[in-house]
Amino acid sequence: MSATILEQIPGLGDDTRRLHAPVRLALLALTVLVSLLLFAVTPLQGQADFVVFVVVAFAVVQTATSFALEGRRHALDRLLSLGVHLALLAAVVPLVSVLSYTVYKGVKKLDGQFLTHNLTGLGPLDTNGGEYHAIIGTLEQVLMATAIAVPLGLLVAIYITEYGTGWLVSAVRFVIDVMTGIPSIVAGLFIFAFWVIGLHRGYSGLAAAFSLTILMLPVVVRSSEEMIKLVPAELREASYALGLPKWKTILRVVLPTASAGITTGAMLAVARVTGETAPLLLTSFITPATNTDPLSGKQAAIPTFIFSQIGLGRPVNYDRAWAAALTLIALVLVLYISARLLTRRNTLSRR
Amino acid sequence: MSKRIVAEDVNAYYGSAQAIAGVSLAIEPKSVTALIGPSGCGKSTFLRTLNRLHEVIPGARVEGKVLLDSEDLYGPGIDAVAVRRTIGMVFQRPNPFPTMSIRDNVASGLRLNGIKNKQVLDEAVERSLRGANLWNEVKDRLGKPGAGLSGGQQQRLCIARAIAVEPQVLLMDEPCSALDPISTLAIEDLMTELKERFTIVIVTHNMQQAARVSDRTGFFSLEATGEPGRLIEIDTTEKIFSNPSEKRTEDYITGRFG
Amino acid sequence: MTSTTEAPSGLSGGLGPRRRVGDRVFTALTTGAGLLVLALIVAIGVFLLTKAIPAVRKDSTSFFTTKLWQPDNTPPVFGIAALVFGTLLSSVIALVVAGPIAIGIALYISDYAPRRLAAPIGYLVDLLAAVPSVVYGLWGLLFLAPHSDKFQQFLSDHLGFIPLFDLGKNGVVGRSVLIASLVLAIMILPIVAAISREIFLQVPAANREAALALGATKLEMIRLAVLPYSRSGVVGALMLGLGRALGETIAVALVLSLAPTTSFHIIDANIGGNTIAANIASQYQAAEPLGQRALIASGLVLFVITFAVNGLARYVVSRSSRRGIA
Repeated sequence: MSATILEQIPGLGDDTRRLHAPVRLALLALTVLVSLLLFAVTPLQGQADFVVFVVVAFAVVQTATSFALEGRRHALDRLLSLGVHLALLAAVVPLVSVLSYTVYKGVKKLDGQFLTHNLTGLGPLDTNGGEYHAIIGTLEQVLMATAIAVPLGLLVAIYITEYGTGWLVSAVRFVIDVMTGIPSIVAGLFIFAFWVIGLHRGYSGLAAAFSLTILMLPVVVRSSEEMIKLVPAELREASYALGLPKWKTILRVVLPTASAGITTGAMLAVARVTGETAPLLLTSFITPATNTDPLSGKQAAIPTFIFSQIGLGRPVNYDRAWAAALTLIALVLVLYISARLLTRRNTLSRR
Repeated sequence: MSKRIVAEDVNAYYGSAQAIAGVSLAIEPKSVTALIGPSGCGKSTFLRTLNRLHEVIPGARVEGKVLLDSEDLYGPGIDAVAVRRTIGMVFQRPNPFPTMSIRDNVASGLRLNGIKNKQVLDEAVERSLRGANLWNEVKDRLGKPGAGLSGGQQQRLCIARAIAVEPQVLLMDEPCSALDPISTLAIEDLMTELKERFTIVIVTHNMQQAARVSDRTGFFSLEATGEPGRLIEIDTTEKIFSNPSEKRTEDYITGRFG
Repeated sequence: MTSTTEAPSGLSGGLGPRRRVGDRVFTALTTGAGLLVLALIVAIGVFLLTKAIPAVRKDSTSFFTTKLWQPDNTPPVFGIAALVFGTLLSSVIALVVAGPIAIGIALYISDYAPRRLAAPIGYLVDLLAAVPSVVYGLWGLLFLAPHSDKFQQFLSDHLGFIPLFDLGKNGVVGRSVLIASLVLAIMILPIVAAISREIFLQVPAANREAALALGATKLEMIRLAVLPYSRSGVVGALMLGLGRALGETIAVALVLSLAPTTSFHIIDANIGGNTIAANIASQYQAAEPLGQRALIASGLVLFVITFAVNGLARYVVSRSSRRGIA
């Protein structure tokens, strides 16, 4: 009896009726050939059009063939498989496009001159000048934000995981949760309303650092909290059993064990805020001059440099914007990738 | 370096749930006392009340007295941290500090308690590792991470770490349950040596182990799931395993229950 | 009971109480950090409101229904109606585009990718989140928009009967709401993909194996064993993506440069569709004090919207993870 049922299941026991990889590859080659032909003899044209056409055509051809040979179930299965691969492509293509186009456009202007000069004393058509003042600003602002957000975030994480009880912890948790979702421009508005005009401190690199701190803090707290929670209870107990008080247990056992993960989280937070533009517009503003004092006065930064150059809209401004974008991407990616590499040294794992 | 422990009417709670009720017993110095019983009977919880580690868990609390010689560990003004320095503990799963080397693991208790003299520390490390029968295996790689050792070696490293601070009492919570038979044997041999110097209390689910290593055995059980665990009886190991006074103990020993 | 001094204990002389200065300092430090964060947020909230409320009072029209944004006119005329519309429109389009792709990527990583490639591909997709928004804006403005004319014209020619893609008689393709939305879609892709991926990976292997053992194809396995367990988690991920899109500023501000309107013609470059966030960034530099305070008021509205969306998203995600999945 089983034989009759099995015969009704397409493909089972009949290996020739499956779409094996070579067959699918042949189908793809066929689709490409026919498409080439179509693009040669019909009004269809354009490289992007060709790619889209081939993808759609292949999806149709493969699904139809599979439907005929393997039946509906397998045809749909193959369609989903194609779909998820295309989805991946849809993420990789823009990534490669953004990165490669930025490199392509950016190297034109990016040289020693560009890295060591600011924008003062230039006429609107001058092609020299550079982002030195913006690099200084970004470094100072990000360093200050890190110096505030990382220790503070770590302390808050320790408070939440180790010390807090009752409503106060719930309140702190809630505030951190809310901060996670704050749009970066709103963080800038906060500091603008609170510090720049509220306390009459005016624009400064420090104000920018405060707004970046608002964006970093929840990331640092969340990642540190996660990592601290991953430290096995057995290690704490071993430390307690040796007669160590709680604070030494945290400082000498818990934090060192979680340190790789905490550092990764902090570096990702730094990478995230290094590229932030919106809050800086409202807090350190824009200036063509170099201002090494982060405590007072307008200060440039690489992201706002790019933004203001685009706003001016001449070819030379676009060239500067691309070159600065290239430095910014390089800076952020270095941070990002080193954070990821550090993750490998993490001894704690989620599963 | 060895003291007597007397527990008087110890009750332990996790939040509102009572884990053990009315445990009273005496633990003799320079001997091995084994605590046995079915899962969930509260033997591990009781062990953790002896060095005030139970109260580390949020919401957990203890009632009753635990006397170390004549001093109540739960008395007013007693510092839980100081209690834990006096009473060492070895855990079910080996838990060396992953960020520390073998040497630092053993020295961690002393160093973190403020002893900095390198010579004193080195002597303590060697003495403790010898005491844990691990010295010969690791003396050439004291700077390597403790996590690189085998499971049995890690557990002996944890024993060395515990005895490095020269505690009065050594608590062992199923120290062999995560180990292979050969490592288990090594630890059991070690216990026999250590009892010359320390009062040892061991929780074990392995009755043969209790029979092999202990001088006295206490049997814990519970009436039903959700009920608190109680001490059914405690006596010399020989008596418990040959002729227990309680029917329930006999049922458990002979495998009719649990 | 004997007093503690009588018992000479081994290590440091007595079990008696010792001042744990370290513990006290540490408790004070960490509690102080928690309180500081609370106090800061309260202070910021107070300052925001004291700047925003008077500005809204000076508005000669209704703040919530007016479509114009001219706070520095006399009398001041400004309202957030069109800005809220523009914010929601571009974010929803971004979500519609990014959602399926992100879920596809998550499925690829959880169920299709070769085991050794899964993690690196995850990192690669995460890299999309590392690119600064100003760079996306630059790319959207100078690369994507100019290269999309043909695509947008195609939509207008062949799908123009759908109001969304109707170019109208004076419309031109170019820097349109659609382009801004596509840039937003790329930007929220990594966050939706990352959360969905985590949720798919949490589905126990046993469930998958049970479905496969019944003779299910991969699609059927995903429908039987993966999606039912992760539905609410994925909804939460999509909403977190939406929250991210709502608040994105610079990329939108760079791609769009026109005044806010309430039009659905998303491929017409003559139609505005500015968002709250982008409006702040583009209006701020030229704004006078009242204009600045009006922008603060609009920022508060944005904050409330994102707060609601994110709160709901967290609720949905936490409910799905509390059910434990396993």
